[in-house]
Amino acid sequence: MRELLQVQGLTKTFRLSAKQQKLEKTREKVRVAVDDLSFTAYEGEIFGLLGPNGAGKTTTLRMLATLIRPDSGDAVLDGASVVREPDKVRSKIGFLTSELKLEECFTPNYLFDFFSTLHGVPPEVSRRRKEILFARFGIDRFAEVKVAELSTGMKQKVSLVVSIVHDPDIIIFDEPTNGLDVLTARVVTDFLQELRSQGKTIIVSTHIFSLVEKLCDRVGILIDGRMVCCDTLDNVRQGESLEDRFFDIYRETAGDGE
Amino acid sequence: MKRNGILAIMRKELARFFSDRRMVVSILLPGVLIYVMYSFMGQAMVSLYGVEEDYVPTVQAVHLPASVADLLEAAGGLNLLEVDEAAVESAKSAVTDQTLDLLAVFPADFDQAVAAYAPDSGRPAPNVELYYNAASTASQSAYMLLTGLLDGYEAQLANKFDINAGGGTYDLATEEDTAGTYFASLMPLLLMIFLYSGCVAVAPESIAGEKERGTIATMLITPIRRGDIAVGKILALALIALLSGASSAIGTVLSLPKLMGAASDGLSANIYGLRDYLLLAAVILSTVVLLVTLISILSAFAKTVKEAQTYVMPLMILVMVLGVTAMFGGGAKTALWYYLIPLYNSVQCMVGVFSFSTVTAGVAAALAANAAYTALGVFLLTRMFHSEKIIFSR
Repeated sequence: MRELLQVQGLTKTFRLSAKQQKLEKTREKVRVAVDDLSFTAYEGEIFGLLGPNGAGKTTTLRMLATLIRPDSGDAVLDGASVVREPDKVRSKIGFLTSELKLEECFTPNYLFDFFSTLHGVPPEVSRRRKEILFARFGIDRFAEVKVAELSTGMKQKVSLVVSIVHDPDIIIFDEPTNGLDVLTARVVTDFLQELRSQGKTIIVSTHIFSLVEKLCDRVGILIDGRMVCCDTLDNVRQGESLEDRFFDIYRETAGDGE
Repeated sequence: MKRNGILAIMRKELARFFSDRRMVVSILLPGVLIYVMYSFMGQAMVSLYGVEEDYVPTVQAVHLPASVADLLEAAGGLNLLEVDEAAVESAKSAVTDQTLDLLAVFPADFDQAVAAYAPDSGRPAPNVELYYNAASTASQSAYMLLTGLLDGYEAQLANKFDINAGGGTYDLATEEDTAGTYFASLMPLLLMIFLYSGCVAVAPESIAGEKERGTIATMLITPIRRGDIAVGKILALALIALLSGASSAIGTVLSLPKLMGAASDGLSANIYGLRDYLLLAAVILSTVVLLVTLISILSAFAKTVKEAQTYVMPLMILVMVLGVTAMFGGGAKTALWYYLIPLYNSVQCMVGVFSFSTVTAGVAAALAANAAYTALGVFLLTRMFHSEKIIFSR
């Protein structure tokens, strides 16, 4: 299998403001969000980043998506470095997180065309992809309804579709089922599996064990910005349920730290 | 394909603006409001200080001398009643009640007393008492009329010399000069304020608003260049701001004659030629683009639209102060370096155009300087779009 994503020694720190220091009752001025993180994802697999809130999952994914720059280390996505060729990386990935919003005054139809243009997709190709994707997610009936008037689930579907207008080979998904109703969550997980079967590489972050067990081929467990364990799902589980295994690992690591 | 980025961003910004009816109305409304308000104010002022033309004021006179009676007769337009000295008190209260417009009390033997009076005698001159009511415009205009007539009569009694008595034109300023001076003192301030309001109505919404709503990051993960986003946004916003500025300016120009009332005779924007308008358009264009760039940069620092509107307040004060400098008069500055100061150079160019004292090299310097400042601003805004601290500040 081809290594489509290599992460090497990725590190990111944030400066804490005086207010944040007081809030968190700490005197350290910098917070290490991601600490020397390395892992590899292979073509055609779903890789899960599992960890509690504040472990550094979102920061990691943002660095992979070139929204923020690592302090040190690098990640190479299909041959393009996030540090040296961020533009190239952006054309290879589809990134979806609940923080990236769509402008509510536009229709799904308009937004699909707009983002196709930004990605430089030829109009002919874009039109065909729109037809297929809109039909696949049932957006076709709402194509001319302003995003503001859509239901939360439909908004999420539109966001998903818009994030892959350019048919990227690597899809990065931050908390894919957060805040979704069971039906929409199912549609999303089914689609991720479908994308994998098309040979796409998918990176998801989550704190939901069942989602990892259902979807992921390989999993990396992130605690306090460090990758404490990274392997195939079965190797990580060692016969236990993922949840039990996670807490074993968490206890060991936390014991280390204090 | 790549270079379509600027165009795509521009089209999106314009589509967003024109799809929002509220936005469109809020941009075009000021022009309509200005027109209605100025016209109304002009009308109110006319009716405040003027009396209906066919109104005939009623005047009661005590001891009306023959000479004055002839004079008033000749002037006409007065309903003159002679009354007895005993009626003075009741007439006074009638003036207070506004049922009578004016009461004139002459000395008993006015004509003889005037003829006998010698100014160098040191004694007080014969006195005419005119009782009127300042709260009534009719009474006040009757008072003005009578004072004028009596002053004229007094002058006629001892006429030693006249000033400008012939029918010739003595004010040698051309109509253009008069109107030009007037426009040059007022229009730069108004235009700057209109342009600023136009920019401030759209730029914070588009830059800080996109940050606040989390939509700008969605664009930033596409391969589009940050510079393209900056340029596309600035161009589209400038276009919308120009529309808004034009709406306000048209409203002002149309209603100005009404606001000025009678004083505006011959006051017309027709005195300016095509060249003046082209110069003005170039100055306005470069000013708007610079203003939008400045406001966009300030907005990019803000997390919310509200915060952005606070950040741009100092700029508004600056723009107003610079606009007021046009009222000091004296035509446009001739020293070239004045035209290198951003925004102040716009005011100076406008003064030049309106007062027919354009310094061509100055306008050229101003346009070049503004282009340079704008380029610098675009560069800065692009850098800000690259900065995670700016885009993801919480």
